[in-house]
Amino acid sequence: MTEQLRDAATAGGDVRLTGIGKTYGDFTAVHPLDLTVPQGSFFALLGASGCGKTTTLRMIAGLEEPSCGTVLIGGQDVTALPPYKRPVNTVFQSYALFPHLDIFENVAFGLRRRGRKDVKKQVEEMLDLVELGPLARRKPHQLSGGQQQRVAVARALINHPQVLLLDEPLGALDLKLRRQMQLELKRIQTEVGITFVHVTHDQEEAMTMADTIAVMNGGRVEQLGAPADLYENPATTFVANFLGQSNLIPAEVTGRSGEDLLLSASGVRLSVPRARCATEATRIHLGVRPEKITIAHASETVAEGRNKLSGTVVDSSFIGVSTQYVVRSEGGGEIAVFEQNMERDTRITPGAPVVLHWNPAHSFGLDASQAIDAGTGEEAA
Amino acid sequence: MSRVFKWIREHLAVLAGILALAYLVLPNLVVFAFSFNKPVGKFNYEWSQFSTDAWTSPCGVADMCGSLSLSLQIALLATIGATVLGTMVAFALARYRFRGRAATTALIFLPMAMPEVVMAASLGTLFLNMRIQFGFLTILIAHIMFCLSFVVTAVKARVMSMDPRLEQAAQDLYATPAQTFLRVTLPLAAPGIAAGALLSFALSFDDFIITQFNSGPTTVTFPMFVWGASQRGIPVQVNVIGTAMFIAAVALTVAGQWIGNRRKAQA
Repeated sequence: MTEQLRDAATAGGDVRLTGIGKTYGDFTAVHPLDLTVPQGSFFALLGASGCGKTTTLRMIAGLEEPSCGTVLIGGQDVTALPPYKRPVNTVFQSYALFPHLDIFENVAFGLRRRGRKDVKKQVEEMLDLVELGPLARRKPHQLSGGQQQRVAVARALINHPQVLLLDEPLGALDLKLRRQMQLELKRIQTEVGITFVHVTHDQEEAMTMADTIAVMNGGRVEQLGAPADLYENPATTFVANFLGQSNLIPAEVTGRSGEDLLLSASGVRLSVPRARCATEATRIHLGVRPEKITIAHASETVAEGRNKLSGTVVDSSFIGVSTQYVVRSEGGGEIAVFEQNMERDTRITPGAPVVLHWNPAHSFGLDASQAIDAGTGEEAA
Repeated sequence: MSRVFKWIREHLAVLAGILALAYLVLPNLVVFAFSFNKPVGKFNYEWSQFSTDAWTSPCGVADMCGSLSLSLQIALLATIGATVLGTMVAFALARYRFRGRAATTALIFLPMAMPEVVMAASLGTLFLNMRIQFGFLTILIAHIMFCLSFVVTAVKARVMSMDPRLEQAAQDLYATPAQTFLRVTLPLAAPGIAAGALLSFALSFDDFIITQFNSGPTTVTFPMFVWGASQRGIPVQVNVIGTAMFIAAVALTVAGQWIGNRRKAQA
């Protein structure tokens, strides 16, 4: 089975979207965008609800007609083709299993519509792959959420699509099962080598599974790259806040020292490598991830060459592997700090004076013309 | 004492069920019992003697089986007509936005809300003014009209509750629009369509008022026959037909349940 799927995959499963956009009357769901998904990759479209990611996916599937642009799959222009003529299959949100058919017939549906006889062997092999063989004669409503999800994947994969589209496939599962299915899906993708395009609003899910992530916001792709790349080098405040958590400190560029930009945040002097600054502007948001910051009691001395901010602990919460602090800093408002629970300084409690310090190379600079709270989920609409 | 109360509390639901069932079934049982009566005089209201005469010659009364056959024919055709037309209307109303949609929705509801006698009289006037000969056709048209509302209501409710993603999934899995309709849409809408059809059959079969206003001199349906006969004395055979209809309906329901259960057990 997996060999057959591999053959299908090597037939060419790259997806190329050129200038594709979608408008509903006055509302633009997707601004014209170009996107190339390399064959055999696990590609995630990540964004909050209403950002246009599902519309983009549906345009690849043919379930939504693009207002402009073209869709190419494996080099073939499929823009004008109806969904049933496209070499793609979809795993729908909440699965969309046919309630009147049993599991076997659900999985066999695609093969039967293309006039295949002898579907029995293939269906049984596919059900074994997702470990549902004994449940072949059950109806969908008799299965658990995780089992239904696996049926949905089997029903799509059995057709050897060039591209598998996944529309929030894990959204309906509880957290533990979701983690398990993430690994499972990743395993299947590696095994069959088919191009996966995965839509999700869960940044952790995208980072766990995808080779490449396109972060979407307001119908546009904000940034595209490997998970680690996006996390370490966000190009916009939206990406910085949506993908993980970021402290963004408003600062002014005051000068240069070698490869570093010298900054002033309400009088406190900080620095950032020029290469890690996504803008030439003089007013920037200096970003640093909470886990990159070291927290120390104010009485401790800090090595030279590190960015330093003094402040007072406002809140601390112990969450097992780490402790999360909120510190009101002198220069940059409230700063979140995640500290591993290795050697805890018992003096660091709410109210204690502390100094925060981090390697300047672990920070990044973003253009200050953007909303500082974009992508936090708390921004003013 | 408290044990008695406890017993009552625990069995109250069953008791209520039995009472409701008795209320519904008792008249049928009386009809059944009196189908074995051999009445003295014209009226079959007093028990006199056990006899199977009515059961052995159910068509022994003049014109009765003719009217029964006419009623069954009309009910069958009206059901088919109303179900096909109603299903199409229901899909159109549930799925598409078009000019006159709101008006159609409101008008479809009217036959259910309006007093039957008003509708019967106005239909009769319409046929008269159009100079259409009263008879089989006028009854059929009238029946299709009022059955239509029930089919539309039943099917529309079903279609509205159907997940549009199921049809998209079918298309995604290489089903052409025609295949999608036959393999996914229709089977999913089937319970609504069946409910509408059964309602239509029952309503058409026992309709009296609308039929009375729109029938010709030779088209006497079964309800009209019973009504006519009741002036002179209802023959025992009417009880036989009533009992047979009741048994058929119960058998149909039980069979439906049984098939449903077996499917569930198999799955």
